[in-house]
Amino acid sequence: MALIASLVLMVMDFRFQQLQYLRNSLTVVLHPLYLIADFPKTASTWLSDTASTRDQLQSSNELLKKENLRLLARVQKFESLQAENTRLRNLLDASLKVDDRFLIAEITSVDLDPYRQQVMINKGSASGIFVGQAVLDADAVMGQVIQVTPLSATVLLISDATHSIPIEIVRTGERSIAIGTGRIDSLELPHLPSQSDIEVGDVLVTSGLGGKFPAGYPVANISSINRDTNSGFAQVSATPTAYLERSRQVLLVWRNDQSAASN
Amino acid sequence: MAQDQNRIWVVWLSLLAALLLTIVPIPSAIEIYRPQWLALFLIYWAIALPERISVGHGFLFGLLLDVLTGTTMGENALSLSLITFVAYQAHKRLRISPYFQQALSVLALLFIQKIVSFLVMGITLGMTTATSYWISPFIGTLLWPSIFFILRKTRRRMRVR
Repeated sequence: MALIASLVLMVMDFRFQQLQYLRNSLTVVLHPLYLIADFPKTASTWLSDTASTRDQLQSSNELLKKENLRLLARVQKFESLQAENTRLRNLLDASLKVDDRFLIAEITSVDLDPYRQQVMINKGSASGIFVGQAVLDADAVMGQVIQVTPLSATVLLISDATHSIPIEIVRTGERSIAIGTGRIDSLELPHLPSQSDIEVGDVLVTSGLGGKFPAGYPVANISSINRDTNSGFAQVSATPTAYLERSRQVLLVWRNDQSAASN
Repeated sequence: MAQDQNRIWVVWLSLLAALLLTIVPIPSAIEIYRPQWLALFLIYWAIALPERISVGHGFLFGLLLDVLTGTTMGENALSLSLITFVAYQAHKRLRISPYFQQALSVLALLFIQKIVSFLVMGITLGMTTATSYWISPFIGTLLWPSIFFILRKTRRRMRVR
């Protein structure tokens, strides 16, 4: 009985994705377990925050102020560039919405299955997060939300073997798809012809095709190219730019049209 | 005391603890060697209380493990049902067999979970795994004597029947 039931469950989960509701409700039931597992980390963060001395706070404050100033200066430049970009695009009659809305969430320190590249974050549908939403860290694209409950969400990283992301090579503008390999430090680009113009070190950004990810965010750098294949396609692998393993805080993105639709 | 004659809640609590041990963060370098806590605990209870622990427990907790760790629904439900079933069938032999032999049987049972997950991952993700994937059953087997003694002590002290 149980064997048949589990086989049916597996097929249903894999083929039809009809079990989201069951999975969601069970996740909500199991939420206390996540909280307990995450507790040591939370407690130690809280302790180091409360127990830090005035000197430490002062110096870190100093540091942050400097950093802030530096970033503000860069933002000024960025804003003028953005204005210029919009103007030029207007001249070309191509409209592009650049402003995206962000929300910061934290990765909870619970270990999910080590062979699937997923992480859990501490914000959920109560904060407006939805399935399919793009997730970034400070540097680049990390993945997308695949499951939400009111208080938590599961993020599938771009390095998962079931994840693909539409990308564009910045230098040439060539578009392709980067597919996860199941290893946290590499993606592969199986659809590039052997003769295509690519070099090691080329930067890949999201192309915005497919509608899931906003365009123009860094994804990965090409790390190796093997053109000597019989298939006519080059074997290209890339290293994700985001610190998939080390990031603790992530950004959730609403594109302009999406937040307009949800408002 | 009528209401706490069999104290089955101790079993449930220990299985929840096993779930917790599965998701407690450990350094990612040794994460793949994490012992299969839930399988080990289920094997013990299936041997110790065969009339209380059924395949249904394996299925239910396997399902919870699937939800908890984000694997395909039913993957661990299947393997843990199988493990509880086999452990139940063999509980009489396992109880009286010498430690070394018992540990070998546990190793075989733990491999059931690994093999099922291997097949499911191969089918759904099209992914093969490194050799290190097969190491955690051995670690589980090394831990088996201590798990056996701790759970037996708990069972006797709490008088779980």
